Amino acid sequence: MSGANRIAGQGRLTPAKTARFTFDGKTIDALVGDTVASALLANGVHLVGRSFKYHRPRGILSAGPEEPNALIDVSRDAARRQPNVRAPVQEVFDGMKVESQNRFPSLAFDIGGINNLLSPFFAAGFYYKTFMWPKAAWEKVYEPFIRKAAGLGVSPTEEDPDHYANRYAHCDVLVAGAGVAGLSAALAAAEAGARVILVDEQPEVGGALHFDTSVKIDGQSGYDWAQATAAKLKAMENVTVLTRTTAFGYYNHNFVGLVERVTDHLPKPDKKLPRERLWQVRAKRVILATGSIERHMVFANNDRPGIMLASAARTYLNHFGVAVGRKVGVYTANDSAYEAAFDLKRAGVTIAAIVDNRDKPGDAVLTEARRLGIEVLTGHSVIDTKGKLRVSSMSVARNGGGSARSIAIDALLMSAGWTPSVHLFSQSRGKVAYDAATGRFLPGTYAQDCLSVGSCNGTDGLQATIEESLAAGELMARATGNEGGNKLELSGENAFEWTGGMAGAAEGAGIDTTVKAFVDFQNDVCAKDIRLAVREGMHSIEHIKRFTTNGMATDQGKLSNIHGLAIASEVLNREIPKIGLTTFRAPYTPVTFGALISHSRGDLFDPARKTPMHAWEEAHGAVFEDVGNWKRAWYYPRSGETMHDAVNRECRTVRNAAGLFDASTLGKIEVVGPDAAEFLNLMYTNAWDTLKPGRCRYGIMLREDGFVYDDGVVGRLAEDRFHVTTTTGGAPRVMNHMEDYLQTEFPHLKVWLTSTTEQWAVIAVQGPKAREILEPLVEGIDISNEAFPHMSVREGKICGVPTRLFRMSFTGEAGYEVNVPADYGQAIWEAIWARAEPLGACAYGTETMHVLRAEKGYIIVGQDTDGTVTPYDASLGWAVSKKKTDFVGIRGLKRPDLVKEGRKQLVGLLTKDPNVVLEEGAQIVADPNEPKPMKMLGHVTSSYWSENCGRSIAMALVAGGQARLGQTLYVPMPDRTIAVEVSEMVFVDKEGGRLNG
Amino acid sequence: MLLIYCPYCEEERSELEFRHGGDAHIARPTNMADISDEEFQEFFFLRDNPKGLIFERWRHIHGCGRFFNAARDTVSDKFYMSYKAGEPKPDIPGVTTATEKTVETYEATEGTAK
Ligand SMILES: [Zn+2]
Repeated sequence: MSGANRIAGQGRLTPAKTARFTFDGKTIDALVGDTVASALLANGVHLVGRSFKYHRPRGILSAGPEEPNALIDVSRDAARRQPNVRAPVQEVFDGMKVESQNRFPSLAFDIGGINNLLSPFFAAGFYYKTFMWPKAAWEKVYEPFIRKAAGLGVSPTEEDPDHYANRYAHCDVLVAGAGVAGLSAALAAAEAGARVILVDEQPEVGGALHFDTSVKIDGQSGYDWAQATAAKLKAMENVTVLTRTTAFGYYNHNFVGLVERVTDHLPKPDKKLPRERLWQVRAKRVILATGSIERHMVFANNDRPGIMLASAARTYLNHFGVAVGRKVGVYTANDSAYEAAFDLKRAGVTIAAIVDNRDKPGDAVLTEARRLGIEVLTGHSVIDTKGKLRVSSMSVARNGGGSARSIAIDALLMSAGWTPSVHLFSQSRGKVAYDAATGRFLPGTYAQDCLSVGSCNGTDGLQATIEESLAAGELMARATGNEGGNKLELSGENAFEWTGGMAGAAEGAGIDTTVKAFVDFQNDVCAKDIRLAVREGMHSIEHIKRFTTNGMATDQGKLSNIHGLAIASEVLNREIPKIGLTTFRAPYTPVTFGALISHSRGDLFDPARKTPMHAWEEAHGAVFEDVGNWKRAWYYPRSGETMHDAVNRECRTVRNAAGLFDASTLGKIEVVGPDAAEFLNLMYTNAWDTLKPGRCRYGIMLREDGFVYDDGVVGRLAEDRFHVTTTTGGAPRVMNHMEDYLQTEFPHLKVWLTSTTEQWAVIAVQGPKAREILEPLVEGIDISNEAFPHMSVREGKICGVPTRLFRMSFTGEAGYEVNVPADYGQAIWEAIWARAEPLGACAYGTETMHVLRAEKGYIIVGQDTDGTVTPYDASLGWAVSKKKTDFVGIRGLKRPDLVKEGRKQLVGLLTKDPNVVLEEGAQIVADPNEPKPMKMLGHVTSSYWSENCGRSIAMALVAGGQARLGQTLYVPMPDRTIAVEVSEMVFVDKEGGRLNG
Repeated sequence: MLLIYCPYCEEERSELEFRHGGDAHIARPTNMADISDEEFQEFFFLRDNPKGLIFERWRHIHGCGRFFNAARDTVSDKFYMSYKAGEPKPDIPGVTTATEKTVETYEATEGTAK
């Protein structure tokens, strides 16, 4: 038996197909096709969770994605666990484990329920007010307490072992929602020949036909028609039907995100299947057939387990064969709830009473109720309920006062009417319009190529919905160039037309009451909280929403938005449209991170860039550091060496013998063409027309505002050909910057730009023995000091491979940079290494490179500059041409603030205690005893232990730095203050003789 | 995600292939070194941020690599047209260039709210 409340002969599930799962450790027998909610209800379980703020017992409110209460934790195994799953949408499978959330120690006895008694302290805005003082208590006491007591589920700790798929799709017409409207529209579009994608979030199509058994279409029961129509559509080549698929986001230009749940309902999924599949659909046209969502009634204690939406009870009965109670009350402002009572009554359930707050319900439903012998109390309201863990009675009173009558019940069905689901329409940036006659927000002004049909469009009546949807389907198909098919006709009939509906607080929960009449169940927002927000001065719905958190939970106000608006409207005495509806944001329902990131995780999260010599470096024990996406050799520790030992050894070795450094990551751009020099003249501060072929020069690139953007050595290979290098991190943006100017400002120049960063491997050979190492390997280039002085470039061969050989240095030593085609990088490196190692050279990494360049005062753009530094600030004024009449940044450099006295300038810092190494980023002050806030003069940009100097060295940006040479300044640190002397930036070989050695 | 027509490739491609490049039709002064502070401010810093029609630069960076211009509505993100770099600013029939009045400033919105 799959639950005592399963009624034989009711519902569409097969009694023989059973499934078994556990709920808080207790075994629950279910049927295949059940949701967790229907299975629990079949077994008489209504209490499934505790509320967010007050920890009140909560049950199952709905039968759909709008569920705010019944959030559960579902797992297959320890790693496959997901919190905050909505019980009415999770299908059961054999062996699944379900845990209730937000309770301690147990669901029935929850210690956090004390929050309910303390609720005066938890009024609206409590986050903003109650816990603001004292500040320290926020971090240590309040926040941890609130997080623990008011959390929503617990995230899994193990890595997700499932995989997720991602695909792009294109279609003529995307139809969101496969109820009567969506199916009709899809059918009409498909018959006309359009490529159609039809999606629905439920396991089967049908939408409201799941519960509305009074509908007949083309002579069949509505639900059967829906399945037959889906089968017909699936058989068509031009149609894709996706169930268990939510259209969660409607983005620009008809780009719609779908998430398809592929395996979450299967007991033993095929490992090859993705758990979920993200569909990114670009549709020429979109038809929104998203239906509507029933609203609850807002009255005192409307949140007890057993109190639910009338249509939900109807779904549980008519689709799942489950009676949600044995003695059921109905509280409504709308005719549709009557049909729930009728269906239950016919299935043998006692209807205690229908309480209708209207004086005049629809005649048809009233007549039928009387015929079935159901007591109807018109002009009455439910003003309170009782029952600790499940509703046990309702208090009913005549509107406007009078004594209350208590009626025993074990379930209470409610309906305040239907809210059109305009979420996707609103996400598409369509503007909703308020329809005062029916009290609904409906699609108003469209922003994209889409149409809404059926009840999400405010269309009432079955036949009207069918006709509107068929017409929309055909229209959209024609609009996308499809000529086929005939005009379709379908006839539908249903038992009752529905009238009525209300928004806002019902009788007994109005202004001047303090009862807990819940508007937003998930965030525990009551009608009185919204009124409090208004009294506290929140008059815009956006403010009210944030102050109360109404509509901010995972259900995004699907039930609460309209009630909240109506309550605010009443207090403010302003019409609803004047207060406005908050904008709906994607996603419509929560989407897993797995679906969104698909394969982009682990090693595939971000690609690693490796240089051609990476394998050699790895084999020789390099420790790598990440520089952007690059893996760069950081240092090469020998056995027993710390990083500090290794860097000191490498620094000494380069200056005493030589070192090999992998500089392949440097950005490289080939600038070619008759106007190449003129173009570079405009892009860099330096003059390039005066540079002779075979020579190179250090260049500085500015932005138009005059600040340093990038730097690098540029070699001129021929009159019309330059080899430009950029910083490692700057390579792509410098290329883009150059392309931008070339294409849009200087298109008259005949220049071609090619990124060659990955085409060249670069081996820097630096140190007094560099020439001795390279000389025998190089062919066709005289690399003697006389023929090939510092800042030269030649093309030739090395070990038989073409090379661009640069004589340049970022260490201050005589040095070369050997460029060879990337494929030969490692072979040439090994050949050079075979010469270098016996001569006492070492391989060195980026840390040593940093120390050696700092010893010479060479800056690193992005470390010693920060986008607010001019060449003059960096003592690089010599590189700015005085003769040129234009270059990018020429005007920016003359801006008043850039020529002002006292700007931060780059200087050297020497600690008074040579053994102290400053921290990069540390602030610098003139007077360490100045009371706080102290005046900051600048900060340390680079700081190292220099083995070659036998002391620490540093570079810093200091206000008026050049004028402070020799001054003592201070670097205050948490534990001490460090005295420093401002110095020149060159710490080794101030004359520069070694460069030319 | 936007669908953008590249006038060089002559087809609509996904926004993923493009990069936005700021306002269009702001010519870099040819006498750059000689302009006044006010002129430089106008050229480099000041932009209209209109609500409505804007002319802006795009680059088909992961496609043909070319810069081009487009007319777009900043509210609806509708593209009226795109055209090659260097072509004059087109008239968009039925759409007027956004003026200062349509610029959404704090004062404008909060002023009416009060
Ligand atoms: Zn293109």
